[in-house]
Amino acid sequence: MAMDTTTPASRRSLPSMSVLGPIIALVALVVIGALLNPNFLGAANITNVLARSAFIGIIAVGTTFVITAGGLDLSVGSMAAFIAGLMILVMNAALPTLGVGVPIILLGMATALAAGLIAGLINGFLITTLGIEAFIVTLGTMGIYRSLVTWLADGGTLSLDFGLRTFYRPVYFDGILGISWPIIVFALVVIGGEILMSRSRFGRHCAATGSNEHVAHYSNVNVNRTRLFTYAMLGMLVGVATIMYVPRLGSASASTGVLWELEAIAAVIIGGTVLKGGFGRVWGTVIGVLILSMIDNILNLTDLVSPYLNGAIQGVIIVLAVILQREAKAKG
Amino acid sequence: MSAAPILRLAGVTRSFGPVEVLHGIDLDLRAGEVHALIGENGAGKSTTMKILAGYQPATRGRILLDDQEVTFRSLHEGEEAGIVMIHQEFNLAEQLTVEQNIFLGRELRRGWLLDKAEMRKRTRAYLDRVKCPVDPDTPVSRLSNSDKQMVEIAKALSRDARVLIMDEPTAVLTNTETRVLFEQVRAMRAAGTAILFTSHKLGEVAEIADRVTVMRDGSVVHTGPASAISEDGMASAMVGRDVSDLYPAKPAAAPEPAIALRVRGLDVPGHAEAIGFDLHAGEILGIAGLIGSGRTEAMEGLCGLRPATTRALEIGGKPATIRRPSDALAHGLCYLTEDRKLRGLLLEKGMRVNLTLQALAKFGRVLIDQAAEERALDTAIREFDIRAGRRDMRVGNLSGGNQQKLLLAKVMQSEPRILVVDEPTRGIDIGTKQQIYAFLRALAAEGRAIIVVSSEMQEVIGLSDRVLVMRRGRIAGRLEGAEITEDTIVRHAMGVGASSQERVA
Repeated sequence: MAMDTTTPASRRSLPSMSVLGPIIALVALVVIGALLNPNFLGAANITNVLARSAFIGIIAVGTTFVITAGGLDLSVGSMAAFIAGLMILVMNAALPTLGVGVPIILLGMATALAAGLIAGLINGFLITTLGIEAFIVTLGTMGIYRSLVTWLADGGTLSLDFGLRTFYRPVYFDGILGISWPIIVFALVVIGGEILMSRSRFGRHCAATGSNEHVAHYSNVNVNRTRLFTYAMLGMLVGVATIMYVPRLGSASASTGVLWELEAIAAVIIGGTVLKGGFGRVWGTVIGVLILSMIDNILNLTDLVSPYLNGAIQGVIIVLAVILQREAKAKG
Repeated sequence: MSAAPILRLAGVTRSFGPVEVLHGIDLDLRAGEVHALIGENGAGKSTTMKILAGYQPATRGRILLDDQEVTFRSLHEGEEAGIVMIHQEFNLAEQLTVEQNIFLGRELRRGWLLDKAEMRKRTRAYLDRVKCPVDPDTPVSRLSNSDKQMVEIAKALSRDARVLIMDEPTAVLTNTETRVLFEQVRAMRAAGTAILFTSHKLGEVAEIADRVTVMRDGSVVHTGPASAISEDGMASAMVGRDVSDLYPAKPAAAPEPAIALRVRGLDVPGHAEAIGFDLHAGEILGIAGLIGSGRTEAMEGLCGLRPATTRALEIGGKPATIRRPSDALAHGLCYLTEDRKLRGLLLEKGMRVNLTLQALAKFGRVLIDQAAEERALDTAIREFDIRAGRRDMRVGNLSGGNQQKLLLAKVMQSEPRILVVDEPTRGIDIGTKQQIYAFLRALAAEGRAIIVVSSEMQEVIGLSDRVLVMRRGRIAGRLEGAEITEDTIVRHAMGVGASSQERVA
């Protein structure tokens, strides 16, 4: 039986465990990492962790909105692979006419953004207008995109032309003032996302839709349009993440982006967003992403625990995060 | 009537944290007696019932079953002792069928397998006793609220309860269904069951109860035979002041009132057809009718909340088209839902978010001005007398009356010129009702036009300047002035001489 009355004093003094939990976990990981390996806090390693977090992180910001509005998207990993493949094909095909230079890079970027937007709109259309379960729709499109990229690559790997790759590389490896581009883009996406979620009408409509779509409908919230926007936005962000990802390896294959969707969902949940919708926070998602990639990093830097156990540790963290959420809810 | 009590509370208190919500309750339930427990929302009725049924332990005091002190460690132990409670929010598994629900947890078996034939037979028998014509194989999710209530009662019958506790059993029933329920209550009373129920409808209390206990602010303020207290007496004891002027005075009709809304040929497929009426500025128009007569659906169709067509629609003298809720709001037409918990408020969220949700554009086109929202909440709390323990508490934890006030404050953020309120006082206490009635009348006096949809006859009669009665999706009668009586409304609602059975389509 949940209690109707809580003392104001006990709530005011400290933020709840659902707020503190992820932050404490992150701080603990940083301390453990620093103690285990002196290089952990070095600029090179920090940059490495953040840059690798950027892909999942950019996608996870979009996933936060989808989940907050009561949806789910399992297709983002395959979508990223497909967009990467498409981008490489388009750029390679345009090479003879455009040559190596800025225009062809812009063409590739535009392709990625447009493909992401269209893919997101397709998911959103099937889910909102046709009213099919989000789980089913995105399970379907997940299979479709994965299969398409395998087909495009003919079972192998799609590689960017060598000259193009050299020209495009700085987008992943360079930056401003020593901060690489993926980190800058990730930071911008996070700041924009946080403002959108906590301060904007759209964010409020997402939370209302996920909390109770009937109430939202009766309160003049266009439930379908809100949901459609969240999927379209996620698709665009997958495009952005792919733009950052392609210069890293310069190739795409059937194994590109595998399990990204689950990592993104895990980061969102660890960050305190409620899986069934109604409440989301973007900054929490960032902490979730950092926790996941830091565990990976620490296991790789030390030989205390086998890196092969990475998945197991991440799994425990996810379950713990949900237990913390539930306790916070029982108290509130 | 002077049988020894089956179940008795002696000096029971209950605290949540440091807050004591029940102060030394004494209450006894006797075999063959119907006991009504009345009081405003938040008076402690629900907590008292939950302690009786074993849902919650008492903090101090004793619970005596057949003069033996008992502690129910779980709901199950209470049921074992023959105490059955029917909740206001039903306790049915929505995806299971009626039959599966009635035998849930006590399935009949023949060897290893379920004895479906026997369960089916008995389910039919129980349903027949409550005159509920649903098929035992129907999933509960497809039943109307009133049918769910009847299934709950059938379930209690099947458990041979010695003590039956019902939390507002008639809130969702039509008058006919209430009659059926009372028949069953009388039969169970004759069979020696002790029955406790709560209701906000004092007429029903006077009709069926043998004894009445009135609670106020966590204490029992009156207990005695029902014959010894009048309805006015009950109301006064509940509120602690005189409430004879529950409804505000109706002003004389203006000689040539402006027409705020003109509706012709409103069709809501499957629910209502050919609805046409005029609504004047400054008046309260009541819409009466049985549950399922299409009142709510017609109004939702009018406000763009569900698919509907109109032949002609004029708002403030100008033609208007409404396809979605935003169109209605743009024309100053706003609908306040009958279901504050499922359609009205986000129960997980706080008051500020709920208050501004419908009129969010007012607080910023893209980014929301949270300081302005806080100011709006200050104003709403003051104007609507919303009493919340904490400003940031979840709306789900507010009492029903305060939720309803918040919902009113929320729709008023849209500054409607035409306000449609559906069941504005369902399940809330008499003091809050009085406040809401006064508020609606004040809105009309400002020149706004108000439509009140209500199943409570007294409310429609007490509040409305004119009344439309709906029956089977059509307007069956239009009443004015002295014609507005319980008798004429019932005649039109039932269709004179026609069958009185009307079910949700």
